Amino acid sequence: MTYESMLAETVAFRGHRGDIGEAYYARPLGAPLPGVVLIHHMPGWDEWIKEATRKLAHHGFATIAPHLYFREGPGSPDDVGARVRAAGGVADEQVLGDVAGAMEFLGAQPYANGKVGVIGFCSGGRHTYLAACSLDGIDAAVDCWGGNVIVDDPKQLNAKRPVAPIDLTAKLRCPLLGLFGNDDENPNRDQVNRTEAVLKKLGKTYEFYRYDGAGHAFFNAARPAYRPEQALDGWNKVFSFFHKHLAAAAAARAA
Amino acid sequence: MCSYIVEKAKLLGSAKGPNGWMRIDTANVYYDHPFHAPLDHALGIDFICEADGGRDRVAVELSAASARELVAKILAALASGEVEHGKAHHAAPAAAE
Repeated sequence: MTYESMLAETVAFRGHRGDIGEAYYARPLGAPLPGVVLIHHMPGWDEWIKEATRKLAHHGFATIAPHLYFREGPGSPDDVGARVRAAGGVADEQVLGDVAGAMEFLGAQPYANGKVGVIGFCSGGRHTYLAACSLDGIDAAVDCWGGNVIVDDPKQLNAKRPVAPIDLTAKLRCPLLGLFGNDDENPNRDQVNRTEAVLKKLGKTYEFYRYDGAGHAFFNAARPAYRPEQALDGWNKVFSFFHKHLAAAAAARAA
Repeated sequence: MCSYIVEKAKLLGSAKGPNGWMRIDTANVYYDHPFHAPLDHALGIDFICEADGGRDRVAVELSAASARELVAKILAALASGEVEHGKAHHAAPAAAE
């Protein structure tokens, strides 16, 4: 089921340590609604991220995309992103606080069905994996080609990113969907296979899909990496997964 | 790629952006996903002035081939210019701020 009508706007949300930030928020005009937190990719809070937010709303999810770089504003998302890059990125702890705040925003809406998913792209895929292993209240998580879930070079760990997400897998507390391009270099095939092996060994609920002829960011229609056939299938995997674990669960609870 | 790798070049010069000319003292150089260029990866250069807070920038996003072409042409222009004008006249002044 899709929704032709939606409301999309910029909203304020309370993030890590109570900081007030901005988020893009799109919801279909219906109720009750499951919620989704969309974690943007490293380039920032750009047009494609907002398109993806509206796409999820079109498919029935009240979706909030917090601007993870808002503290470096004001400024255009690209300039703010450049400042964050120069500073070495955002700290994992801060991102988790912002995601938790975005989840609270969703839960406070009168039409919320009480279920929340998280999806992230690129560095946001890694953040999604972290959140699914660290935060309570996530009912389903989707990691889209998150790099550095496995950290092969310990030098990549630092004060902002102190832990390799893979090392937290035992704490994963919700079903996980992973989408990957077989031509991607980060994560590469071997890293995806090793991630899956850890999930399998620990008995976690997960679904991994690997796409031939696709690399990193193959959903992104603004880039040459876009692969329409693989992206169409991947988006359908996302919608099915979220409907199964968010909307369906809510229906079962109401029954 | 989603890396956080940034090479920093210390500079002496100026750049012109939306608000006119500004002094610059740093170029942040990286090869990663661009924000605007229709490329999967681009060589990005942000010209900023850290001494002034580093918040304003003049930015470019170039294909890898374009970036290498630019490097070659910068070196070529410097070489021919120095032959024409003489190195002595174009040595960077001491950082007299």
